[in-house]
This record gives sequence, C-alpha cells and structure tokens, in this order.
Amino acid sequence: MSPILLAEQVLNGLQSGVMLFLMAAGLTLIFGVMGLINLAHGALYMVGAFAAATVAGLTGSFLLALVAALAAAAAAGALVETLVIRRLYARDHLDQVLATFALILIFSEGTRWVFGSFPLYLDVPDALSGTVTLPGGIAYPLYRLALIVIGIAVALGLWWLNSRTRLGIRIRAGENDREMIAALGVDISKLYTLVFALGAGLAGLAGALVGAIQSVQVGMGEPVLILAFVVIVIGGIGSIRGALIGALLVGLTDTLGGVLLPELFRLFIDPASAATAGSAFASMAIYVLMAAVLVWRPTGLFGGRA
Amino acid sequence: MSREGLVNAALLLALVAVPGWALWADAPFTITLATRAVIFALAAVGLNIALGMGGLVSLGHAVFFGIGGYAMGILASHAQNYTPLMEWPFEIAGTKSMPVIWLVAVLASGLAALLIGLLSLRTSGVYFIMITLAFGQMMYFFAISWPAYGGEDGLSIYVRNGFPGLNTLDPIQFYGLCFGLLCLVLVLHARLMRSPFGLALNAARQVPERVRAVGLDPVRLQLVALVISGAITGLAGALFADLNRFVSPTMLSWQMSGEIMVFVIIGGVARLFGPVAGAGFYVLLEHLLGGVSEYWQIFLGLFLLLVVLFGKGGLVGVLAGRARHD
Amino acid sequence: MTEPVLATHGLRKAYGALQASDGITLDLRPGEIHAIIGPNGAGKSTLIAQICGALTPDEGRVELLGQDVTAETTQARAARGLARTFQISALAMQDTVLQNVLLGALGASGRPWRFLSRVSKDRDLRATAEAALEAVGLADLAALRTAELSHGQRRQLEVAVALTLRPRAFVMDEPMAGLGQEGSQRLTVFLDGLRQQAPILLVEHDMDAVFALADRISVLVYGRVIATGTVDEIRRDPLVRDAYLGDGA
Repeated sequence: MSPILLAEQVLNGLQSGVMLFLMAAGLTLIFGVMGLINLAHGALYMVGAFAAATVAGLTGSFLLALVAALAAAAAAGALVETLVIRRLYARDHLDQVLATFALILIFSEGTRWVFGSFPLYLDVPDALSGTVTLPGGIAYPLYRLALIVIGIAVALGLWWLNSRTRLGIRIRAGENDREMIAALGVDISKLYTLVFALGAGLAGLAGALVGAIQSVQVGMGEPVLILAFVVIVIGGIGSIRGALIGALLVGLTDTLGGVLLPELFRLFIDPASAATAGSAFASMAIYVLMAAVLVWRPTGLFGGRA
Repeated sequence: MSREGLVNAALLLALVAVPGWALWADAPFTITLATRAVIFALAAVGLNIALGMGGLVSLGHAVFFGIGGYAMGILASHAQNYTPLMEWPFEIAGTKSMPVIWLVAVLASGLAALLIGLLSLRTSGVYFIMITLAFGQMMYFFAISWPAYGGEDGLSIYVRNGFPGLNTLDPIQFYGLCFGLLCLVLVLHARLMRSPFGLALNAARQVPERVRAVGLDPVRLQLVALVISGAITGLAGALFADLNRFVSPTMLSWQMSGEIMVFVIIGGVARLFGPVAGAGFYVLLEHLLGGVSEYWQIFLGLFLLLVVLFGKGGLVGVLAGRARHD
Repeated sequence: MTEPVLATHGLRKAYGALQASDGITLDLRPGEIHAIIGPNGAGKSTLIAQICGALTPDEGRVELLGQDVTAETTQARAARGLARTFQISALAMQDTVLQNVLLGALGASGRPWRFLSRVSKDRDLRATAEAALEAVGLADLAALRTAELSHGQRRQLEVAVALTLRPRAFVMDEPMAGLGQEGSQRLTVFLDGLRQQAPILLVEHDMDAVFALADRISVLVYGRVIATGTVDEIRRDPLVRDAYLGDGA
C-alpha cells in the first residue's frame, strides 16, 4: 500500500475518532457526575442530525444548521433530564438501562412518525466542499479535515471548561462529593440538568457533523452509541482524557483494520477470500482491542474505579 | 396455593387454552403467535437466570439467541444443499434433525457465553452492561460481513426441520414441542432457584464479599450462571429460526437484546413466570397495537417507562404482590 | 511456645503518602483471644483486609497454619479455615436467616456445584446451619427475612455464619458495634466460650469487652503496633497511656 493511501486512512481514522469523542465525552461526563448510564445518548445524536437537516433544508445555511443541532439536542436533553432522567439517579443500573431503552423507542418511533422512514440528506457546505492538498501531496476532503479541527477544538474547549471555569470546578466537585457540593450552596439539580444538556448538545453536534457525510436516518445513533461504549470501556469510565485517547484508538483501529487486514490476509490466501475474510475480521478489530484492554486493565486505561 | 402460584397456573393454563381454542377455531395464525410468545419466553427465562438470580445486567443476550439461530441455519442449509459442513480433518454433514440442532445450539451458545463471561466478568456494574452490548454488536457486524451464510440477507430454510415421531410442519405440533421445552426449562429454573448453586448465586448477587468470606468465588458462580443462561437463550434462538424458517443478523442486533430484557422486566425480574408473562404481553401488544399504528413501539416505550418508574416487580409483581422467599 | 494459627510478618501498605500499615507483625495462638485496639484511623481495617485477602500488602506476609497465604484470594483463605465477621453486616438481606447460615455451611462443604437438588433438604448443611443459629440464639428466627432483623440480631447472625465454617481462626471486626450494653455483655460471654473452639483476633472499640476477654492486646497507632501484652501490661504501659488511652484512663 502506498504511503499516501495510508496517510489518508490515518486521517480518516482521526476524523471518526474525534467524532466518537464528542459522543463519548458526554456519556462519560454524565456517568462521572451523575452515575447514570444513558442508552438514549444515541437518540440525541439523531435529534441533532435531524434538526440540522431540517434547518439546512429551510435556510440553506450550514452554520445555522449546526446551531440548530446543538440547540435542539441540548433542549431535548434538558427536557428528558427534567421529566425522566432525574428520577433515575438514585436507581440501580438496570432501571437506568430500561428507562433509557424506553426513551430510544420513543425517540426513534417519534422521529419516524414525523419524518418518515426515508433518510434525509444534509449537504456539505460549499465553502468546505472539495479537497485540499496537504504537505506530501495528499489530496484530502476539506470537510473531513474541518471535522478533525472542530473535534480538537471541542476537546480543548472541554479541557478549558473542566479545569479553568467555575462550572468545571463544580462538575469535578460533583464527581467527588455530592454532599459537599450541596453544602457549598450549588443547586445540584440545576447542575445536573446543565451537565446532561451539555452532553446532549455535544452528541447533537456530532450527529449533524457526521450527518453531512452519511445519511440522516432513524437508528443512526445506536451503532455510534455502542462504539462510544467501547471507547469508554477502553478509556475508563468518567475520564475525559480516557475518552479522547480511547476514541482516537477506536477510530484508527477501525479505519486501518478495514484497509490493512485484507492486505494482511492476501499474504496467506487468494485475493477474493482475503477481501471477504479481511473485512469480516476487520469488523471485529475494535472489539478485540477492547477485549485486550479488559485483560490488561479491567477498569480501562485511565479509569480508577470499577 | 400462594397468589403467585395462582398467577403462574393461570399463565400455564392460557398457554394451553389459547392454542387449544385456535386449533378448534382453525386459526393457525393465532397458534403461530402463541409459538412466538413461547419462544420469546424461553429466551427470556434464559436471561432471567443471569439477571434475576445472578444480577448480571446483560445487554448482549441477542448473541446467544442469534448463535442458536445460526446453528439451525447453518446445519439445515448444508443439509438442504447436500454439502458437508466441513471435510477436513473429518467430514461433518449438515442435519435437519431438531434434537441434533438443539444440542449444537446449546453447546455453541454456552461456549460463547463462557468466552464473553470470562472477559466481561473481569469487571462489574456499568462496565459489564457496556461490554455485553459491545460483544453483541461485534457478532452482529461479523454476521453481516461474513458472506458464506447469507451476510446481511440472512439464510432461508425451505422446510422446517424434523423431530422424530412428529410432523413439525403442523403448527400445533411445533407449538407443542416449543411449549414442552419451555416447561422443561421452567422446571429447571425452579430447581436452580432452590439448589445449593442457586443459594450461592443469590448471595453472590447481594453480597459478593460475604460469598468470598465463606470460601466461594462469586465470579465463578456468575460465570456458570451466564453459561446456563446463554445456552437456554441459544436453544430459544434455534426454535425461533425454525419458526420463521429464516435466520438473519437481526437476531443478533442490540434491539433483540433489548427486547429480551424487556420481556423479563415487563413480566417481573427474578420471578419464575415473569418471562412468560412479559413475552406473552409483548406479543399481544405487538399484535394488537401493530395493527392500529405502524409506530406502536412509541406506546411500548411509554409503557416500559411507566413500569420502570412506578411499577416495581412487573406484571407478576402487580398480580401476585411482593416476592415470597422460602 | 505453641505454633501460631495466624501470623503477620512486617506488613506494609501505603495509600499515597499515608502509611496505613507500617510493618505490622503479630500472631494469634491456639485458644486465645488477641484483641487489636487503636484510635480511629490507626489502620485496623487495612490490617484486617490484608489478613483476610481483600488487600495485598506492599511488603510482608500473612501466614495461616504455618502456610504463607499472602498471594491467596479471600476464598482460598476461607477454605483453609479463616472465618471473619464484617464491621458493617454483610448479609444477604433478601434471603432468610436460615439461608444466610446455609450459605456458610455450603461454603464450608465446598460443594456449591449442585444444580437440581434442594439445598434445604441437605441434612448435613441444615444440621450445621441450625446448630450455628442455636449457638447464637437465633434459632426461633430462622424463617425470618434477614432485612427484618434488628441491628443486634444481624450482629449475632454475622457470628453464626462464621461458626458454620468450623474455622481454625476467627477474625472479628468490631462485633460489638452498636449492640448496647446488654447485647455486648451477652456476646462477651459467648465469645469467651468460643475461644476453645478456635482463637479469635478481635478488633474492638468496646474497652469493657476487650479487657474482659483478651488474653493479649496489641495497640495499633498510625499503622504500627506500639505495644503487645496482657491486659495488665497494656493498662500499665506508659506509651499506650500516652498515645491512646489518654491520661485520664
């Protein structure tokens, strides 16, 4: 394989990795602060994508579409948190799983009811279409490059929020000691709604950004949700840094596995079987990675508690 | 008889009376619906052993359901195409015999449960949930991208597999087989609950540190529970594939895992007949509401939400009151 | 001197900068009650966790019946004959009182892999379990759900479960905690007789009980044993008076 092709695949891996990070960061934050496992996080990703596709269709502006995605997902998140989720913080994980599974059904079928079963399309904005030539002569789609930049910017923003702002201090205090933070006079239920909406907004943003290179349809969120779980298992629950490292590992493994494994199999078996066997095993690569991390460090690379 | 005993007896009676009525009224579709409910119940009894007794919140039981389904699909497709399953180092032919298929389904899904359990039981709590979900997705994508057995399109079997002495093509006879297996597994579950193993597993769910302190390994108890659980759900998968004469990656999807869990929860977790009530209710709801609205799962979602938020103990819990412990 | 049943040699365990165990060496001899006392934060819980196998020491070793068990799991140590009670009751609250002691008997039998027989029909297990309930005075409550027991009764059940193991050594983590005067007096009498069955390593805050029961006392302060001796020796030890009992004691 040529180095240029390989470099391109590495960039693709980074791109899917940073988008996964947007999902995983929200999930891990919500688990870290509220101790909640949220299966409906993928539904919020879908809400973002549908909001973006609708607003882009009405206004033609991609930027407005992104704002709408963030706002719609954050609003849906805040609403769901107030109506349902806050009743679940004190419950066991089984109740959380079931209630958020029920939310998936409601969101998915509700969206299908409103928008129908056919996929919507969200176009890449003109300003970001086409390719750029990177150093070394790699021609790469500008939009995907923009996704990488946005992902890194969000990661930096989260780091800044977490370590440099009052909200970040409260969030970290909430992770460590709930009584303490209540004693400090912080309205804990408002903080929880805010954190949940923040996570939801990130998921909605990711849905809109990815929606422009894939189709926008019901059920788009759950495969990404499960990948985000793999990311969290690898990175360690509650750790944003772990989510970033895990997301990049998963993105790169998935993308490079899809290209390299068929090549590897070609060394041993005929090309046609190598292609099918290679892609079948490539689909398992990230789970093998997860299993390896589990054997090595059961609580993830950056996780402290089980 | 206790109230729960009465509820259980009523459920058993319904499983005999409904298909009996359908046979008399010549309504084969109703028999098929009842068969579907019984098979779902069987899959859910499997999960109930891991979840209710072992406290293992597995969101990956579709793996076992699907492996059971593919055990049937693969064996039967080789038999109907007259191609051996493998030729080296020794030849294995396909089969259309249900007992052989069941055995393979139970062994294969039990083995899968052992492997998944060895990895996922290294952790607990929310990690366990995520990991079982992830391994389910792994099998799903593998089945989609492995073209030998239909890939995304799945595998069709022309004629239902056979059972010695029965005509399985007759809906009521196939129903009888499935019902018989369900009863057998319910008896097994009832005995497990009262066995030495069941006592230790129950304690491992509640106070693992105590179980260790009396010299037992809670993780090994849970691993064995997961293997039993997976094997039973795998058996249900083989039956489900035979009911539809079709197996596809859908049987391995995360939605399937979620549905199996919903059967258990709606019915009543850790209750012997909870899965039966839950699966029966689900199939009924699917049939009644599915006819009214294409989007009936919205109502299922709302109902499930209400059960989780307000109705502890599921249907059996509502009907029979709090669980008795003896 | 008789061979100790249980011994630790130079146990060290640190949490970051905090040295929770700082070279603890002590032993438990046949027929004795050896009490461990010390102020809060002295490292008693960390010590018990290392003896029972929930924590691995950074350095040092734990010996049970002359065997080095430092690398063994909690369950392996229990199978060798180490029975513990928990400071905060660790009982299966949804199960009956009888089921909790049956679990202990089942663990001691080493035969949990029976799937179809009824545990309540196993005569040997039942006999062991019922005898243990009888011994602590809970026989009448066997059919009660454990969650319905009073705090004191739960403490008794903790001891009963330990009895079912027919252990070679007991490790008891504050069995008197929250019992009230009458309850702890009764338990004191009971433990007094129990030492003939197997020696007891007793971590306890109730000084009346400790002084009434202990053959030897070790005083743990900041992860170190500052003194070991008989009740009288400990009472007289100026170091102990200074560091722990205070001048008024």
